[in-house]
Amino acid sequence: MELIINMGLLSMLAMTAIAIVRIKDLFAVAMLAGIYGLISASFFVMMDAVDVAFTEASVGAGISTLLMLTTLAITGRFEKADKKSRTRFALPLVLLTGALLIYGTLDMPSFGAADSPVQEHVAPRYLNDSAQEIGIPNVVTSVLASYRAFDTFGEVIVIFTAGVGVLALLMRTDLPPISSVKNTASMEEHMVLRIVAKMLIPLILLFGLYVQFHGEYGPGGGFQAGVIFASAFFLYAMLYGMNAARKVIDSSLVQVLAALGVLIYGTTGVVAMLSGKNFLDYSVFSEDPVHAQHLGILFIELGVGLTVATVMIIIFFTFSGRSQVEGERD
Amino acid sequence: MNFVGLFNYWIVMVLMMIGFYIVIAQGNLVKKLVGLTLFQTSVFIMYITMGKIEGATAPILVEGEALYSNPLPHVLILTAIVVGIATTALGLALVVRIKESYDSIEEDEINRKDQEC
Amino acid sequence: MLAHLPVLHVIIPMMAAPACLILRRRDLVWFVALAATLMSFAVSIGLLLQVLESGPISYEFGGWEAPWGIEYRIDLLNAPLLLLVSGISAVALFAARKSIEAEIPKDRHALFYIAWLLCMAGLLGILATGDAFNVFVFLEISSLSAYTLIALGKNRKALWASYQYLIAGTIGATFILIGIGLMYMMTGTLNMADLSERLPEVSSSRTVFTAFAFFIVGVCLKLALFPLHVWLPNAYAYAPSVVTAFLAATATKVAVYILIRFKYGIFGFDFAFSSLPLQSIFLTLGLAGIFVASIAAIFQDNLKKLLAYSSVAQIGYLIVGLGLANETGLMATLLHMLNHGLMKGALFLALAAIVYRLGEAKLSEMHGLASRMPWTMAAFLIGGLSLIGVPLTVGFVSKWYLVTAALEHDWWPVAGLILLGSVVSVIYVWKVVEVVYFKAANERTAEVREAPLSILAPTWVLVAANLYFGINTELTVGITRMAAVSIFGGL
Repeated sequence: MELIINMGLLSMLAMTAIAIVRIKDLFAVAMLAGIYGLISASFFVMMDAVDVAFTEASVGAGISTLLMLTTLAITGRFEKADKKSRTRFALPLVLLTGALLIYGTLDMPSFGAADSPVQEHVAPRYLNDSAQEIGIPNVVTSVLASYRAFDTFGEVIVIFTAGVGVLALLMRTDLPPISSVKNTASMEEHMVLRIVAKMLIPLILLFGLYVQFHGEYGPGGGFQAGVIFASAFFLYAMLYGMNAARKVIDSSLVQVLAALGVLIYGTTGVVAMLSGKNFLDYSVFSEDPVHAQHLGILFIELGVGLTVATVMIIIFFTFSGRSQVEGERD
Repeated sequence: MNFVGLFNYWIVMVLMMIGFYIVIAQGNLVKKLVGLTLFQTSVFIMYITMGKIEGATAPILVEGEALYSNPLPHVLILTAIVVGIATTALGLALVVRIKESYDSIEEDEINRKDQEC
Repeated sequence: MLAHLPVLHVIIPMMAAPACLILRRRDLVWFVALAATLMSFAVSIGLLLQVLESGPISYEFGGWEAPWGIEYRIDLLNAPLLLLVSGISAVALFAARKSIEAEIPKDRHALFYIAWLLCMAGLLGILATGDAFNVFVFLEISSLSAYTLIALGKNRKALWASYQYLIAGTIGATFILIGIGLMYMMTGTLNMADLSERLPEVSSSRTVFTAFAFFIVGVCLKLALFPLHVWLPNAYAYAPSVVTAFLAATATKVAVYILIRFKYGIFGFDFAFSSLPLQSIFLTLGLAGIFVASIAAIFQDNLKKLLAYSSVAQIGYLIVGLGLANETGLMATLLHMLNHGLMKGALFLALAAIVYRLGEAKLSEMHGLASRMPWTMAAFLIGGLSLIGVPLTVGFVSKWYLVTAALEHDWWPVAGLILLGSVVSVIYVWKVVEVVYFKAANERTAEVREAPLSILAPTWVLVAANLYFGINTELTVGITRMAAVSIFGGL
């Protein structure tokens, strides 16, 4: 049964990918890319990667599609026909690369085997000892937030870098003052939507908080929570207009919060250093090692959540601000 | 040859190559970024697939359960997904700016406009 | 704090960057960024001394021992490069304050410095880490911030160059990710030292071969090895001048470092050269790169682009050194990584000075510039001589060892081609010298004044380094020789 579902999902992925190659309407391409993300999230669930599925669903199918659509609103919807010359060069290259990959699979341990090197080295320690060493049920969170916490610090820095990059490229300092522009929202006339959304937004925020603090026990954590939290603001902006949203969110405050998230994460590490332990060694936070791990993970997840939520907000509002100005110029 | 045991990987390799093909063969800048996302997502699928154990459950410890799938690829891919969205966001920001200054997002038109001046 | 030196050089800029976003005021941000960079530089000096005194240092994050946790590992191979990256960054950042005034709008300055710090932190992190996946994370930090820095160039071509770099860089990074994934699949570990122990058991498998191939191609895309170099010339030519100085001197060197680390340190020498005809591939592509890029450089009018092509050629020398596959060849490559960093840093900073006064660096508009900007052009001249490989400059030292390495194999044609490559570089350096020294000033150059001291001083610091390490070779040659011996002897 599982095998059939796997095959089904994989062939749906293949069909979506082929459709993306052929379709010239970029709106449809963006939606298909979102669907691709959603199907791969389903596949991740089948592969027992629930945390990854959660993230892929919110990023691949959510944020990424949203950003693409916002971009397309500025750049236009249709692409030009393919040029033959480019295909002639690309096809052999892709076939060669693909052939090498297939060649590489021939000696791979077979799918689902319990005795492959991946299952026998390094990973067993996480599964067997994390209950005593970290004391939380979600092993993915244990590895992410403690054993390999420095990778996660790098991840926060990556998302922070993206925020800085988008600001440097698209930030406008000449946006007209809020009061002087007519507030236009793309879905302003939909009364039902607006009321439903107004009821939904607090629930979304609440759910975000739940995901933030429940990451130790179930799938979730700072990153997913941040994305959910930010999405509440996106919804508000889409239904009530950018100006109304800009009134709610002060852009310089959001930037300070984004920086603060990184600093919280980093300071958690530095405090350990100042107490004579290595960077990100949580054992300094409490006498009881398991309790100390809990505290450390709580701090850094807070940093992750804060930075992710605020950077997502920065990125979305910077993009929309750009398209708003475009619209006025036309 | 272990046909069933490798079939998953073969499909994943094909997916990767479709993404890679879009990146290098298509001239539209947004489409290229979509291809890049596809390419990366397929690599994520490869990572996650290798962590799976037949009959195991998600790596969230429960009383009485003994067999869990490998959590390490999950952690790596969580990081990689974030890297992916960061790249996409920055790429799209560049596309917006390119559209504003070249008035086109097609590779050959931009190259032509560059040569004119 | 001495025990924390192995991570401080990365942590300091990583913490300073968000702090700068809160500070906002651009002068203050510049000051903090410079201070953080100088601290990283000081830490790197301390690290090099520690490594020289007591051997490799390992630092375990979170107190979790490798391979379960992530470890930093500083040894003779990466310690000098840490010094190069943080040193060039500090010098270029000093010049940046004046230089970007003319090239970047004022409201972007703070963000520019933040991206700079992040880029440096990324590069240092790649060098220091002992974990394969951590390499990927920090590679992306440095790349994303590099795309941002390049896109801030004032010409619209900077945007297009940055986009092309983003596509090429991400394909490279994804190839690297595939390579790391396949390695992990066959060994179950991500720690570099652990990988090097476990890979030999499975090295005959087709999966490891594929892993190796993808990893090498991905890195070669990042380091712009001919013919994967197409993204580089435009990216360097249209980036803000100080960014070019920083990236040209450091980013490609860091990519070469990854190549060396994985090729020798993880896959091991025997595997790397027996499974693929890598030696002849490297020699062929390296030599082809030297000639194609040097000849392309001759025909450039934009000086930044000319030097960018020359960078592609110099990467050719680095790869030839690896292709020679002996101890002297590796040593020549390591030496040239440092030396090329110094010369390109000096040359591009001199260009930054020219761009500051002229607005751009077009050769056709620089007639007689040497009489107006004598110090800048003298710096350029010395950098150019170093590029050619004239005695008493660093360029001579590394070329000398490269030729020696070729002769150890009795490969006269290779040695001959290396020397011929230098002759081609004489042509493009001479082309510049002729215009700025021997042509009469035209109306455009006649009004130009010498560049401000705040750009000139850092340029001359690097020029002095070119001469000092060209004459007193003991330090650089000694360290790189020890590194090469340890790699060949220890594995």
